Amino acid sequence: MLGLVIHLGGLLAATQGTPIGKGLVYGLAAIGPGIGIGILMGKSVEAMARQPEAAGMVRSIMFIGIGLIEALALFGFVLSFIIT
Amino acid sequence: MISGVLASAFERPTTKDFVWSCWFGKSPWCYNFIFFLLTIVIVVFVLMFWFAFRQPKIVPGKYQYLVESGLEFVRQQVVLSMIGPEGLPFFALLATFFFFILLGNMLEITPFVMFPLNSRIAFPIVLAIISWVTYNVVGVRRHGAFGYLKLVMFPPGAPAWMYVLLAPIEFISVILVRPLTLSVRLFANMVAGHFLLAVFFLGSIALFTGIPYILGAVSFAMGMVLVGFELFVAVLQAFIFSVLSASYIAGAVATEH
Repeated sequence: MLGLVIHLGGLLAATQGTPIGKGLVYGLAAIGPGIGIGILMGKSVEAMARQPEAAGMVRSIMFIGIGLIEALALFGFVLSFIIT
Repeated sequence: MISGVLASAFERPTTKDFVWSCWFGKSPWCYNFIFFLLTIVIVVFVLMFWFAFRQPKIVPGKYQYLVESGLEFVRQQVVLSMIGPEGLPFFALLATFFFFILLGNMLEITPFVMFPLNSRIAFPIVLAIISWVTYNVVGVRRHGAFGYLKLVMFPPGAPAWMYVLLAPIEFISVILVRPLTLSVRLFANMVAGHFLLAVFFLGSIALFTGIPYILGAVSFAMGMVLVGFELFVAVLQAFIFSVLSASYIAGAVATEH
């Protein structure tokens, strides 16, 4: 894990100022939210399948969760335009 | 290979696509394309409700029913499900958020406009500041200044030693980060959507002039699919903005159990 972090740090340093570095910022920012939305959607589908009568409530809360998680990836997206 | 396919130059969309020059007036206070879009949104917003409720009938016509079901959706899904009956005073504010953001986002997929109003950060920031002021003022009026700070910084149900960590984190997240995420979420979604559509449609223009025309057709078809996706995103972002504002207000009016 530590090796991976050091490797990524070296990669970011080597690609500093290039378009590849900008792309990496968004790509790295999308890893965590991707996992998070995957878990969120999986659990929501599970909950809706178990309790179909609660589907409406689960769906509206699911969209709120998607909105909250999605913001993290979008920060990376905005940051990739800000950095030079 | 690629330069052979791309006979005409592919114009890469950049952040400069979001900057428009003045139509008339001087630089900081001028009327440009974005202000024109704002004018369109306000006129459509006013006319939409004016035509629906000019002569309201007990048995609504088709158009009145359409607008009423939109308002009913906000009332049920946003106000009553997030805040409850004591949120009804905020119904007008949240419905305004929903319909203003929805109309502003819809401009992204309107033919001959194709530019989302909310991709300029000024509009999401002002909306987020209105939401921020509302939930803080409501909380202070309900609990008093100290009571509201205590409610924000010391959420009940955590062990006592955790509050050393929890209190500053909660303060920063409620007071500082919430308006930032609220505005950046809407803004970045619209910017990303505009870039996606621009890449596929500009790409199809470039590919249609190349040798294998079929690639242009594929790119154009993908662009049309993304128009549908952006319709979904436009409605979803309007819904999420109003729902999150409602949930912040609900957190401010909450009483300790």
